[in-house]
Amino acid sequence: MSWSVGSFAENKDLARKIRLEQIVPALRDNKRVILDFSGVSSTTQSFVHALISELIRDFGPGVLSRVAFKSCNDTVKQLVSIVTEYMQYEETTEA
Amino acid sequence: MRFYIPTSAFLGNINHFLARFNPDDPDRLDITSDPRWFYVHPVVLCMIAAIGKPVKPENITCDIQAKTGGYLKRMGLYRFLGIESGVNIEEHEAAGRFIPLTQVKTSEDLTHFLTEMVPLLHLEPSYVEPIQYTISELVRNVLEHAYSPEGAVVCAQYHKKGNKIRIGIVDTGIGVRESISDSYPATDDLEAIKLALTPGITGTTRKIGGTEQNAGAGLFFIKTIAYYNRDPFVIYTGRAMYKLLKRNIGNGRVILKGNPFSDRHSTETELPYWKGVVVGIDIGLDNTQEFGNVLAIVKEFYFQSVKDRRKEKYKKFKRPIFIT
Repeated sequence: MSWSVGSFAENKDLARKIRLEQIVPALRDNKRVILDFSGVSSTTQSFVHALISELIRDFGPGVLSRVAFKSCNDTVKQLVSIVTEYMQYEETTEA
Repeated sequence: MRFYIPTSAFLGNINHFLARFNPDDPDRLDITSDPRWFYVHPVVLCMIAAIGKPVKPENITCDIQAKTGGYLKRMGLYRFLGIESGVNIEEHEAAGRFIPLTQVKTSEDLTHFLTEMVPLLHLEPSYVEPIQYTISELVRNVLEHAYSPEGAVVCAQYHKKGNKIRIGIVDTGIGVRESISDSYPATDDLEAIKLALTPGITGTTRKIGGTEQNAGAGLFFIKTIAYYNRDPFVIYTGRAMYKLLKRNIGNGRVILKGNPFSDRHSTETELPYWKGVVVGIDIGLDNTQEFGNVLAIVKEFYFQSVKDRRKEKYKKFKRPIFIT
């Protein structure tokens, strides 16, 4: 993704665009998705939220079996984990 | 409107500067200072620049006699306000010292700013990471929630003594109370600040997890990272100010709390009215832990806080798949 979002992935508008234009159509076609964070040195909670939160809300937590996060450093891993967890927390408590 | 710049105005003693700010007569701006000298936090300059930007230059007076007045020129205040400085100084190379006053009005402006600021700081990548993170999250808050056509005004300065970077981010938008009140009615400005700093609360919805674009975690993360690293943090909106103070080291065990009023802090509720939000933060580079490690702690704490707030049981969640 670094070619489109830069080494510091923080632009939520780009995250939303990637989600709507690439991830969602692929998932609707029952494909598996790999989000490649090679070259991304850091990101923000807001960026990751804009990228994946709506996937969990729309497709359910099971979508995490069809989306893989590639080449994440510790910062990116932590932020992806935070967002996936609080979105599932919502799923389990708001239902 | 009137600002008086005292000899010293950093986050620890900024109350005196704020108390003397006069927001009356928004078509005029008068800036004066202590005649001897002054050393101030970048947030002071952001406030003057943000509120002075819409004022016609002919309605601005700037009476700065202090020997250190060249600092205002170096940081770009006169250029920002469109007035002559009357100060002759040799412009210093910005690299390694400061990020001058910059107006960020769009998402693209912010991305450009975050890229451009890296070489200006001349710091190790591990130091840059929390700085970029903090500025990005705070400025995006402004762009999304302040509803200000002027966007955010940002500047920063590296201080070799103490090895820290001081950052100011200011807007003249609708303020925290109005922004958060759509979802969580706040009785006053301080209550609004408390809500904004509480995990899982956003002005856009009451749902945990937020909307597709907002989770209500940004300010909480910034505050918690600052508290963990023992960095001061100030937020001022309307008539209220919340100041996060350095936590005591004690026995070395860090106790994080979900209620911002349970952290070591001070507040003010009768300050001159600021239409918008003022945020100042210092990031001590000696204190800064490996950012991924800090996030791991914040993550653990975030869920504990939300759980405590909701008083609901925490289920075991499906984990993301990380591949190499």
